[in-house]
Amino acid sequence: MTHSLTLTVNGEEKTVALDDPRVTLLDLLRERLGLTGAKKGCDRGQCGACTVLVDGRRVNACLTLALTVDGSDVLTIEGVARNGSLHPVQAAFIAHDGFQCGFCTPGQIMSAIGLMAEAGPLDDPERIREGLSGNLCRCGAYAGITEAVRDASKILSGKGGAA
Amino acid sequence: MKRFAYVRPSTLDEALAAGARPGAAYLAGGTNLLDLMKTGARRPDVVVDITRLPDLSAVTVLEDGDVRVGALVRNATLAADPAFARAYPAIAEALLSGASGQLRNMATLGGNLLQETRCAYFADPASACNRRRPGTGCDARGGENRLHAVLGWSEACIATHPSDLCVPLAAHDAVVEIVGPAGAREVPFGEFHRLPGDEPQVTTALEPGEIVAAVRLPGHGKAFAPHARYLKVRERTSYAFAVVSAAAMLRLDRGRIAEARIALGGVAARPWRAAAAEAALVGEVADDAAFHRAGELALAEARPSGENAFKIELGRRAVARVLRLAAAGTPDFAPALPASPFASTTGVALHG
Repeated sequence: MTHSLTLTVNGEEKTVALDDPRVTLLDLLRERLGLTGAKKGCDRGQCGACTVLVDGRRVNACLTLALTVDGSDVLTIEGVARNGSLHPVQAAFIAHDGFQCGFCTPGQIMSAIGLMAEAGPLDDPERIREGLSGNLCRCGAYAGITEAVRDASKILSGKGGAA
Repeated sequence: MKRFAYVRPSTLDEALAAGARPGAAYLAGGTNLLDLMKTGARRPDVVVDITRLPDLSAVTVLEDGDVRVGALVRNATLAADPAFARAYPAIAEALLSGASGQLRNMATLGGNLLQETRCAYFADPASACNRRRPGTGCDARGGENRLHAVLGWSEACIATHPSDLCVPLAAHDAVVEIVGPAGAREVPFGEFHRLPGDEPQVTTALEPGEIVAAVRLPGHGKAFAPHARYLKVRERTSYAFAVVSAAAMLRLDRGRIAEARIALGGVAARPWRAAAAEAALVGEVADDAAFHRAGELALAEARPSGENAFKIELGRRAVARVLRLAAAGTPDFAPALPASPFASTTGVALHG
């Protein structure tokens, strides 16, 4: 049985025919829509590399069956820049060396954007680390990631920042 | 993953009809079921997506003061509800200490109750597991069992229930509302999760085809709000299951304990209510000596099921410490590290 699925992905409406209900949101984005920013790390919800926003909330795309989010609004790393300018969180990751190999970075950035929407301005490094504990970085760029999120939070809340 | 038929009912009647099909499994947040489908531990023929069912996503204060939480309320949504967190702060703290931000956005209340053990041998279809396939044995006995049960286990199964949320729900004497082909019924929280005995495959009171509709919290529980805490000992600071956890709630009257509630997590196949320790605290002065005695009583029947005797002492200390935290008072704001032994009660970071 073929299922039809309609999603808004990064502001564009997409209708996909799915012949297999096992397709996860992550596989749909990467294999059917050509959006390879979200990464398949563990594929078990443990590493956070697949993090995207669904209706504004960060989720693990690898543990989401695509059919379950039919009708939703999905934002991936490919959709956060505006008019050729990086999103403030993207810019802050560059300014603070918030990555080394870069594999976890799209998930880190989407998770940080989601966290700010949930928690508001973030200054306490402990709260940032706790809020991003679902995103692993095996290069160990955590110090830079924490600073980047702190700085981006200042910019997004209108209190300055260095990035 | 085995191929399955996907159905998305829009009414409860449609859902129950689909759930009656052979090999059907209900899907809500999916954080546990989909993971187990990937390992092959769960192989449903029909996945019934119940996330679009109406009337299961609300938090409602009932006329008698009880609070009803719909089964599809997401963990993050419940923890972020200010009125709920004020009334039931230990539940909010337990929610925030569980999983990751992403998973809390996905996971539902009903799914939390019904989640499977994180015993690695349960998740691995190549291992012997009486809980997954009755009669095959238990590879956790003699295997990696540091984190397994010290209370209520049997020769057939030494798995633990991994939930944080369920620990304060047990302490609150919550009631589970169930709907099914035979109609609606209720089960007291303490009878919802089953100890393994000779039938470890029967993990809850839910009959085939039934759905958890809601959890109801007695309004009386709000009286504990000034002194209600959750403590979770983990092998890393965040995003890990409990080695041992404990919820404590107190009603104090001029320094003496008028009423106490204690439950432990990570120690048994169900959240473990410590009734004897609660009873012994009533009338006592709220001090360390009383809290240590409560810890001893709470673990009095514990015995190791493998290389986990350390969890018995850890459990005693966790109970004493969470009682001390509860007596000191519920913090006004959620700590930066919810339920963490490394979080100060003032919310100021102790390290970093």
